[in-house]
Amino acid sequence: MPKITFIEPGGKSRTVTGQSGQTVMEVALKNDIPGIPGECGGACSCATCHVYVGKGWTDKVGQADEAEEDMLDFAFGVRDNSRLSCQIRVTDELDGLTVQIPEQQF
Amino acid sequence: MTSEKAIKADAVIIGAGPVGLFAIFQLGLLDIKCHVVDILDKPGGQCTELYPEKPIYDIPGFPEISGQELSDNLMQQAAPFSPVFHFGNMLESVDRRADGRFLLQTDRGVFFDTRVIVIAAGGGSFQPKRPPYRGIEGYEGHSVFYAVRQMEKFRDKKILIAGGGDSALDWALNLQPIAKKISLLHRREEFRANMDSVGKMRALVETGKLDFHIGQLKSLNGDGKYLSSVTALGRDGADIEIDCDTLLPFFGLTMKLGPIAGWGLNLNQNLVYVDTEKFQTSEAGIFAIGDINSYPGKLKLILSGFHEAALMAQAAFRLLHPDERLVFQYTTSSSKLQKKLGVL
Repeated sequence: MPKITFIEPGGKSRTVTGQSGQTVMEVALKNDIPGIPGECGGACSCATCHVYVGKGWTDKVGQADEAEEDMLDFAFGVRDNSRLSCQIRVTDELDGLTVQIPEQQF
Repeated sequence: MTSEKAIKADAVIIGAGPVGLFAIFQLGLLDIKCHVVDILDKPGGQCTELYPEKPIYDIPGFPEISGQELSDNLMQQAAPFSPVFHFGNMLESVDRRADGRFLLQTDRGVFFDTRVIVIAAGGGSFQPKRPPYRGIEGYEGHSVFYAVRQMEKFRDKKILIAGGGDSALDWALNLQPIAKKISLLHRREEFRANMDSVGKMRALVETGKLDFHIGQLKSLNGDGKYLSSVTALGRDGADIEIDCDTLLPFFGLTMKLGPIAGWGLNLNQNLVYVDTEKFQTSEAGIFAIGDINSYPGKLKLILSGFHEAALMAQAAFRLLHPDERLVFQYTTSSSKLQKKLGVL
């Protein structure tokens, strides 16, 4: 099963196991990863699951679609590797993915 | 505050989301009249604030329904019971009086005297997102504002509006004629907002009446209370210094448990513990239903909140009328219930 590493703003990191089909936001919630409240429950409607995709993973994870890009307008500190983690579907291909949690998002 | 000025109520529901709205119906069937308080300016809670047009697929009897339709239907279902709504209000304090009733106060000075409180506050109250910049608290209320309650306050100011949604654009357009200088800061060229507003904004930019900067907030400059300028990070990585004395950040809303956290209820991670017979909190007379409560096996589904509302109403009736017998009735067959619903 794919492993995902979450890096907190302070640098602390935790690697957890996700299941194919879950979203990265769901994996974070299930594992009590701090800083990803995912308030709207994964409807791409709140921008509180913003993450920075780790180096080397942006191509595999892919780009935000238009709705997600619109929602990112409500996030702070958006960068080129910004994504909403509720819109990243976990697959076996993403085994080893690292994402960084922003300073603050709510 | 004396309780004479307070609105006397059987029950006060906190939160006009789907579960709070259905609680009006369930309590109404038992002749319990409700006052409903919500910080937003309209009913529906998360359903209408976060995803009005998104379809919901797990409401029993509705293979597909949008958040807005669900909210509209629940309002219609609650209407026969004439609920009184207090929008734009957040309940701040609760005091239990010697006779067991509660005295409640909202942030806008509305008071209630009630026997039953139903917390149906979902994820908490919606509050504006606060940008994560050191020292921003010090500027809030002096030069940083998250809402415009009185436009006059912004006359002759040098205003910077940050954000690219409808609120950002609406206020840029509305404040432009009275501001000394107005600037808009947004992270990209595209806007997720009403096309008409975007067009009007671009016309103002062309005629030099509005400065538009592409970038994101980086730091606030001033004496800690009054802003002198804001530094933004431009798309190309270079800093942009924007001359302004007022900053209006519009980055949407987030949910915070808010004052409920200080009510002395048994809480865990912003959730209120309840029993699964009455859905009562650790304080007799205060119930919690929907996403805000917690109990073994809890599922955060709208349908769970509906079930909780029905059982809560039974318990609330017994609390309000300890000597009366509660006869369980069906809306399909009871003429008494049908009269209350106005269908007979």
